[in-house]
Amino acid sequence: MIETLIPRMVDICGPSGVISDPLELRTYECDGLTSHRAAPALAVLPQTAEQVAAVVQACAAAKVPFVARGSGTGLSGGALPRTDGVLIVMSKMRRIIDIDPVSQRAIVEPGVTNLAVSTAARPFGYFYAPDPSSQIVCSVGGNVAENSGGAHCLKNGFTVHHVMGLQIVTPAGELTWLGDGTGASAGYDLLGAFTGSEGTLGIVTKIVVKLSRIPQAVTTLLAAFPTTGAGGTAVSAIIGAGIVPAAIEMMDALAIEAAEAAVHCRYPAGAGAVLIVELDGPEADVRRDSAAVRALCQEAGGGEIREAADPEERAVIWAGRKSAFAAVGRITAAYIVQDGVVPRTALPRVLDRIAALSAAAGIRVANVFHAGDGNLHPLVLYDDSSPRECRAAEELSGAILDLCIEHGGSITGEHGVGMDKSKYMPKMFGADDLETMQLLRCAFDPAGLCNPGKVFPTPRLCGEVPGVHRGVHPLVAAGQAEQF
Amino acid sequence: MTTDTIPGALALACRAVTPAAPRDAVAGVMPSWVAYPASLEEASAVMRAAADHGLAVVPRGSGTKLSWGEPPRQCDVVIDMLRMDRVLEHAAGDLVARVQAGVTVAQLAGVLGGAGQQLALDVPPAGAARNGSPTIGGVLATGIAGPRRLRYGTPRDLVIGVTAIRADGVITRSGGKVVKNVAGYDLGKLFAGSYGTLGLIAEAVFRLHPLPAATAFVTDDVYGAAAVAQAVAAAAASELAPAAVEIDRPARGGPVRVGVLLEGDPGGVEERAGQMRGTLGAGSVATRSEPPWWGGAPGGTGGGPGGTLIRIAFWAAALGGVLEAIDAAAGAAGLDPALAGSAAAGVLHLSVRPGAAPGAVAAFLDGLREALAREKAGAADGEGPPRRGSAVVLHAPADVRELIDLWGPVPGLDLMRAVKDQFDPGHLMSPGRFAGGI
Repeated sequence: MIETLIPRMVDICGPSGVISDPLELRTYECDGLTSHRAAPALAVLPQTAEQVAAVVQACAAAKVPFVARGSGTGLSGGALPRTDGVLIVMSKMRRIIDIDPVSQRAIVEPGVTNLAVSTAARPFGYFYAPDPSSQIVCSVGGNVAENSGGAHCLKNGFTVHHVMGLQIVTPAGELTWLGDGTGASAGYDLLGAFTGSEGTLGIVTKIVVKLSRIPQAVTTLLAAFPTTGAGGTAVSAIIGAGIVPAAIEMMDALAIEAAEAAVHCRYPAGAGAVLIVELDGPEADVRRDSAAVRALCQEAGGGEIREAADPEERAVIWAGRKSAFAAVGRITAAYIVQDGVVPRTALPRVLDRIAALSAAAGIRVANVFHAGDGNLHPLVLYDDSSPRECRAAEELSGAILDLCIEHGGSITGEHGVGMDKSKYMPKMFGADDLETMQLLRCAFDPAGLCNPGKVFPTPRLCGEVPGVHRGVHPLVAAGQAEQF
Repeated sequence: MTTDTIPGALALACRAVTPAAPRDAVAGVMPSWVAYPASLEEASAVMRAAADHGLAVVPRGSGTKLSWGEPPRQCDVVIDMLRMDRVLEHAAGDLVARVQAGVTVAQLAGVLGGAGQQLALDVPPAGAARNGSPTIGGVLATGIAGPRRLRYGTPRDLVIGVTAIRADGVITRSGGKVVKNVAGYDLGKLFAGSYGTLGLIAEAVFRLHPLPAATAFVTDDVYGAAAVAQAVAAAAASELAPAAVEIDRPARGGPVRVGVLLEGDPGGVEERAGQMRGTLGAGSVATRSEPPWWGGAPGGTGGGPGGTLIRIAFWAAALGGVLEAIDAAAGAAGLDPALAGSAAAGVLHLSVRPGAAPGAVAAFLDGLREALAREKAGAADGEGPPRRGSAVVLHAPADVRELIDLWGPVPGLDLMRAVKDQFDPGHLMSPGRFAGGI
């Protein structure tokens, strides 16, 4: 069936822009979440927005589902292909079209990597603030789809706060703009609603991003604590003092051990937890805040406190944190990474509960997290050759998300729902909430062809009349009540 | 239906329903009833009863911006949210607050200030408001923000969760109580600035910020569009982290006041204020208290409903050209609008005095829109957004409104209509008040 689309796709993208060989298609069978795999029926690599529009039109006409993919670093299976669909690979669209430092804006194509935007803006004194850990490879288009965060979003906000305009291809194949780049465009904020919609409302073809001034001063502190609880106390004290650091990251003993073995980041030996606090801004303020943070860490029981004196020392401190996932990968056969969020004040309680759950299940958990905003990244370690461990790890992972919901948090802070967590959505939202979200989906994609099967546990047929007034209420039918 | 009999459905849905009085008119359109729900459930029941009877609904907070937007095509029931006035939760340690929509900005500031925190929005003065401080629901629905939008953004940037009631009465939530959260669609963004056309905002959760320990204002009087643009750009590009860069010009030909707000540690702020004076020039002064014009309506006009208030947005690099275009358009129309706003963020408000000839106001608006449509200079010509700015009329007297399109060209209007049709298929939520007749 899908073979009939190939000639049209070749017309649009050229012979080198269409992949139909099953072996080659396997390159695209998963994103950063390798536990879900599905090879697409066809992959195309458009080079212009018009080509993307034409590809989507062809899919829509043939009623074939399509999925957009950036660099494939997503951690929730959001770009998992459909075996019956077309995968639209955006990585050839990587032009930086304009840098406008006075307006603090840049216009880029979706395949441009996150870091490349900052690199291009640096000569003008600006950077692009969202900084997911994968920023060397991940694409800005993917960041828009996932509303990506990063270590520094505590102060700077997420992708949605830095995207001012989007050219999109709608699921019907039309090119249109959401937002005019000003941050104050007229009409509904479709730009805000689209950002973070995980590729289910359309495909981004150009992005107007906000650029931020490179701060005058940056200082990075590393503080060791006997326990994560003591580290958590320090975090609360810092926030309570009215200080908004650029980032506050925590790692527990197991994560420290793994990082030390992998990258020799020279974290204090024997620490139960380390805290990385980064402050940036005007020099005078950073100097004062840094002294205050040191004092607060000491009061909370912090042992050794180091301060990076130069960019090189800063890089060493961050090396441990940034390599944590990979480092943990070296001490275990397999791991699941979760992305739940809890209110910051609930961190100590939740970490205790995770430790208890871990002990009870006999499954190790390494904790690496964005402590400032309560975004946990528990790494659940297991042996994937043992069916018992696989099951136990999966259960423990789910129990951690339950804990997050129970404490008023979220099942995902930055990785997205994707394929991986759609089954947890009904735990966080009621049926009416999910149905209402799908109204937005139906407005954009009534045919349900744009990245279907993601985010929501059950698709909604857009022809259905929404609301509670379906059919006659049983009590009315029984003559026991009257509706008016 | 007559106005003196309240239909049984409405009375059963909500204990407090009254026939409407003349002061309940929405932009000149008289509703039949006013409902005062006191709870989420009551508000939902009112919405459901209205939907069942095909009654059009307009939500109302303090009524400070009820004159904004087009008059509703149909308006049967005003839903007054002032009884839903509880701060439901202030988690100071998490810098988060959950409030009912009828809480006023002043009331919330009082609660949060006690803990040294704030909702970092500067809401423009109420102007000719009857009831003083605007409500949180109204601020969210109109998407307004003041000078510090440069640093903190607008309501859509600070709202992290919304509970809304759909046109059919269904209570629906999105987002949550944690700042970092990407689970599901973020409908708070959609409801922010939707003018009550998608649903009734009943509760909202906001991210808070600490109150700064110190603030300083560095101001200067500057003459000429190019010099103003240069001063604003220099302040915005400095490493001194300005929280706001504002301009205010009461009359054409007069000086433009340029003001920069610095926030933070007292010692740091003092040091930076000195450095910012160096950036702005020898004539500039630093003060601790805010200048009288700060964050107000242009030219101290109060932005009352008698005049015309226009919000223009543009890419900041176009500031000099935009200021010239305003003067050219105003000169051609024989008007002298006052202007003020967040120049570095590319948002200005223009105020035309009451009594100005409607034809002149319309001509001025046309001139502005033509000039803004031309603002797409630079390397990206033809590749960026087709329009890089807008001029939206927030409110205007009826005789002006008849001659103009309040919203002007809006990109993505077809998608907006599709969204409206999904959320409110009967078009009963503030029908006709929004862009494109939505």
